[in-house]
Amino acid sequence: MVVRERIAGGLSPDEIDRIFHGLADATRRDIVEQVLREAQSISTLARRYDMSFAAVQKHVAVLERAALVTKQRRGREQLVHGNPEALQRAARLLDDYERIWRHRVRAIEDVLAEDALARDPEERT
Amino acid sequence: MTVIDVRKDPQALTLTFVAEFDAPVEQVWQVWADPRRLERWWGPPTWPATFVEHRFVVGGRSRYYMTGPEGEKAGGWWRITAIDEPHRLEFDDGFAGEDGEPNTDMPTTHATVTLEPTGSGTRMTTVTTFPTLEDLEKLAAMGMEEGMRLAMGQIDAVLAG
Repeated sequence: MVVRERIAGGLSPDEIDRIFHGLADATRRDIVEQVLREAQSISTLARRYDMSFAAVQKHVAVLERAALVTKQRRGREQLVHGNPEALQRAARLLDDYERIWRHRVRAIEDVLAEDALARDPEERT
Repeated sequence: MTVIDVRKDPQALTLTFVAEFDAPVEQVWQVWADPRRLERWWGPPTWPATFVEHRFVVGGRSRYYMTGPEGEKAGGWWRITAIDEPHRLEFDDGFAGEDGEPNTDMPTTHATVTLEPTGSGTRMTTVTTFPTLEDLEKLAAMGMEEGMRLAMGQIDAVLAG
């Protein structure tokens, strides 16, 4: 499938695991959300969460390994940037399944519509 | 459009799919309980499913195969883990080899189906749980085989028609 080839082309199972691990924590999810909007320094993020610099740095490192964020130096500071592409790839795995269910629901509708017409007298259970 | 909500939870590895049908709960239950109805929607249009066994009781096993455009066959099985007719159904869903026996190399997903009456019909919620992320990836590969690609093209044709 085209969609699948795009996924496989971009990510190994290990990479996917790191993405999901990266997103498995509420603070990290929030960091991703924040830096997708605007690149931010770790010290700015640390103020937001009332956490130590080191603690936020750890979270950012996990996200960095998952390629969900990147760090770029600006003067003396490191700015954390979001990587929307990696998130999209993760979501795409579940999108495949969504598509299957969308199709099934339409087919169920057809079955029910026919039932309503026929009122099948010998329903098999 | 009857699909009212789709929730994807990458942390819990679940896909929740909510749809509403213009039919009473008992009738929607039948599309799961009756193998002749079930096989009309479970597989993609070009890979219709045939249920050769469908023991719709707790602990019961279902066996099915899907037939592709070239006559190729892909097998699958269910094991029903909970039934509360006509409101709730849970089952494990896996792949089967040519002999119809479960293929233990392939991942198994778990599905929970809930049917609730609404003012005008039935709300059906299906939650599919994937055991691990690696399994999800594997299944994305399997489920999206050739047949599925064709199926997607066909949906558009059906909708246009």
